[in-house]
Amino acid sequence: MKHVIETKQVAGQSPNWLLARLDDLVNWSRANSLWPMPFGTACCAIEFMATAASRFDFARFGMERQAFSPRQADVLICAGRLPFKLAPVIRTIYDQMPQPKWVISMGACASSGGIFDNYAMVQGIDTIVPVDVYVPGCPPRPEGLLYGVLLLHKKIKGESLLDRGLREEQVLDETGLRLAPEQIDEISEPFGNSVHQFRSA
Amino acid sequence: MNPSVEALRAAFGSAIGRATVARDGETIVVVAAPHARDVLRWLRDTPGHAYAYLVDITAVEYRDRERPIEVVYFLRSLERRTDLRVKIELAPQDELAVDSVVSLWAGANWLEREVFDMFGVTFREHPDLRRILMWETYAEGNPLRKEFPLRGRFSRAEQVRQALAANPEAHYSLDELSIADAYHELPPDMRERLRKGERGKIPHSE
Repeated sequence: MKHVIETKQVAGQSPNWLLARLDDLVNWSRANSLWPMPFGTACCAIEFMATAASRFDFARFGMERQAFSPRQADVLICAGRLPFKLAPVIRTIYDQMPQPKWVISMGACASSGGIFDNYAMVQGIDTIVPVDVYVPGCPPRPEGLLYGVLLLHKKIKGESLLDRGLREEQVLDETGLRLAPEQIDEISEPFGNSVHQFRSA
Repeated sequence: MNPSVEALRAAFGSAIGRATVARDGETIVVVAAPHARDVLRWLRDTPGHAYAYLVDITAVEYRDRERPIEVVYFLRSLERRTDLRVKIELAPQDELAVDSVVSLWAGANWLEREVFDMFGVTFREHPDLRRILMWETYAEGNPLRKEFPLRGRFSRAEQVRQALAANPEAHYSLDELSIADAYHELPPDMRERLRKGERGKIPHSE
């Protein structure tokens, strides 16, 4: 089986002590000052609001300021199902966000289409934009989203300045698709909602 | 049985088809398609009936392919607190077209566009008949028809490709145009704001 989703190895570049400390500093500051761009389309957005409000309060994790402008955001949080009509919108928002940027796919519908296996719905936003953290649930509880945010912190803290591939803009090629159908099949195996559902077909 | 049915039979005769009482107690009356708009106007304007409020327009297609496709008008008389459902039956092999009632109820505009989008029923003399839920370049058909596959006609990859190739601004351009059309009917303060360029340049605004 071809591995399309693989962990990037920074080949031939063993980080020295100084660079490792610099990475730590940069990643620490990035992870603890994430500015989320909420893209709420459904009931997940209600849980997202609860997460942002005082009881759960994700400002504790450095997400104090919600950036409703993609130009000033670090994390795109897609909270809810995404219809095809909104696909070019979320792609445009993602393209407008400056690097470094991450994406959290919140809930079953954003991650895999969920129960909406129909003509109007994108079967997982990872067919549109690259996703860093998938938060399961329908909708996820605020604790779930917070856990996803902490996982994203963990991922950010493992990044390296030397890995230029992380920060490359991925533009759509002439096929107009971010992922080919066979790649979607490969990554969607754990997500199958029913024996009849294929995210690519 | 709603007494309006008898009054309709007296006024329109054979244009009025069968009438039944639905399980929730509302009366359903079937009307011949060519007379539907006259019947609806009569129901709206005649004192003692006064169905002034058009609640909804929808359509029904049954799994039985022999049965006609129905266009359903939900009427309500606010002053008499009475409901009435008017149905038009359209044979599936014929042209699916009925007269628009936008001239009777301005609110029918979007309702009829939705039926046009989802069922492919055209409304004659509708001022602006185009898709409302799906985007205007949507090429897969009418999603609520029985022969429409649940996941659409195209493959997922093709659907994603077409969706990503769409210009998100294009969805709204015609809305902007309709704002431009309504420019002279807007209140003066709104007109002033529009002219100052709050929503960009509006054609023919000077």
